[in-house]
Amino acid sequence: MSPGERSAPPWGVCTETPQQREPAVTIYERSVPGRRAAAAVGSGVGETPLAELIEQRFLRSEPAALPEVSEPEIVRHYNRLSRRNFDLDSGFYPLGSCTMKHNPRLNERVAALPGHARLHPATDPALAQGALALMWRLQGALAAVTGLAEVSLQPSAGSHGELAGLLVTRAWHADRGQGELRREVLIPDTAHGTNPATVTMAGYTVVKVATDGAGGVDLADLRAKAGPSTAALMVTNPNTLGIFDPNISEITAIVRAAGGTLYYDGANLNAVMGRSRPGDMGFDIVHLNLHKSFSQPHGGGGPGAGPIAVSQRLAPYLPVPLVRRDGDRYQFELAEDRPKSIGRLRGFHGNFGVFVRAYAYILSLGGDGLRAASEDAVLNANYLLARLLAGPAGRYLPLAFGERCMHEFVLSGAAAKRELGVRTLDIAKRLLDYGFHPPTVYFPLLVEEAMMVEPTETETRETLDAFVVAIESIIAEAKQDPEILRNAPYTTPVRRLDEVAAARNPILRQGWTAG
Amino acid sequence: MSDSNPENPPDLRYHPAHDWARIEGDEATFGITWYAQDSLGEVVFFEPPELGGTIAKDHSYAEVESVKAVSEVIAPLSGEIIAVNDAAAASPQLINDDPYGEGWLVRVRLGDPAEAEALLDAAAYGELLAG
Repeated sequence: MSPGERSAPPWGVCTETPQQREPAVTIYERSVPGRRAAAAVGSGVGETPLAELIEQRFLRSEPAALPEVSEPEIVRHYNRLSRRNFDLDSGFYPLGSCTMKHNPRLNERVAALPGHARLHPATDPALAQGALALMWRLQGALAAVTGLAEVSLQPSAGSHGELAGLLVTRAWHADRGQGELRREVLIPDTAHGTNPATVTMAGYTVVKVATDGAGGVDLADLRAKAGPSTAALMVTNPNTLGIFDPNISEITAIVRAAGGTLYYDGANLNAVMGRSRPGDMGFDIVHLNLHKSFSQPHGGGGPGAGPIAVSQRLAPYLPVPLVRRDGDRYQFELAEDRPKSIGRLRGFHGNFGVFVRAYAYILSLGGDGLRAASEDAVLNANYLLARLLAGPAGRYLPLAFGERCMHEFVLSGAAAKRELGVRTLDIAKRLLDYGFHPPTVYFPLLVEEAMMVEPTETETRETLDAFVVAIESIIAEAKQDPEILRNAPYTTPVRRLDEVAAARNPILRQGWTAG
Repeated sequence: MSDSNPENPPDLRYHPAHDWARIEGDEATFGITWYAQDSLGEVVFFEPPELGGTIAKDHSYAEVESVKAVSEVIAPLSGEIIAVNDAAAASPQLINDDPYGEGWLVRVRLGDPAEAEALLDAAAYGELLAG
């Protein structure tokens, strides 16, 4: 089907919603000359011409083209936009590998305290001791969670943490005179797409390692590829199939013996916090996605944080600044204090608001609470998986590897495509009509028609049951008439988008249409 | 996109990474198989390699991008690139519409025609797909 050909739903009912009927316009397109949100009341103070206050060369020759709208229109405009979005506060969001768990409101409250929210990043550390203490304690908590020696809070995203980790690796090899020899980074073919991208950014070459029949790293292939040119191995454990690699100690031993560093992608840390530590598995470097495992609003491009924890042998190369405690005082450790540091990765100290929320999350749950959260995440995923496999999904959307999972699982829609004539994409689109955000689809790439589901620990049994019912209803619809799915969604503000046209002829800028 | 799974042409040789080669003397044309384009979904970009470049059997020589993913294209044989399909670069849907014809990717002067012995014939490739 060409996405351009949208037919009416086959049952002949008008399903156009008010949102679909209303025109999608920008705030500029709502502008009417002279319309105002508020009029300033005369204050009785005399006016001074602007040109007497600011030099003429800094003044605009024409007024800025700003939208002219009334206050109710502004309120409705942004309220309408917010309702066009699907977010975690609206419904279940089982987007695999993204850990879309509930963000406790307590964390928001703490982050919004003026002492946190209004602290200027250039404040003298002597006057920001509370903020430095929080960062120092967070460094310690993350070191404890990962089982590693030291932590730098500098990286601002998971991918940024990956880059920091590989730059640390490069500095370590260079320091040992092996920088020119070790040019390859080993990556299992289940890896997140950011891993090979990071390898390339860091100037290394990707060497792919195969997956064995159980969904873990193929040890024979790893042994064949690890050697004197290996700089590092990057692994996610549990991996993107939701499988904890039972050979993880052997995997790290092989690469350590070959002289490489061991990188643990912390994207799936939500499955193991408080139960197992990457440091104990033999890893040297871990990045933590604070915005995933430690609950932050994310998914909309908002600030995240990707701190890295490293083993003792790599600690001298960590990015600065770190926070250090001397007696009862806290101070920043800068490049002169850590001469082998790879340096700064960004301005100032990281995304402080994210640190506050993560620290609030850790303190409010405690060590036992973090472990319980991970256990519940694994329990929820296995409950959902078992219920799905017991129904028609077991035939049309079976598990891609193994029988159980950790915090997420990957189904394969290959049978649904062959036997029902619907793709995973069609099932995902139809889920929107049932009020659910679709799972991650077509990833990892080694699974045909993949659907990756991560329910997280914050969902109730009733929500998980409702998702099962939705999947089963959708499969029943596909058996009745696959067109129902192929034309979905019907109820969203926009229907199925023409992704091919968007990729081939992207329109990246909208014209200036004020007034 | 062609909807039904056509026969894999018997005159081609196949690489398990879902690439085909049409060998004519010491030259060959390469492309991706029907299965590969069907798995990718609608192809939106094909970035051809440079003319005159050398490519090595079993290694990536180009990328195709669909709305789902970017995938490397693996060379079924080694050689030097003597032609690239500019029409497929301009209209990537040719790769979906006609993967064994108009959607070819490159033409190569073979470095070692004997390498072809390691490739699969249509029947063996069909068995691989049947898994």
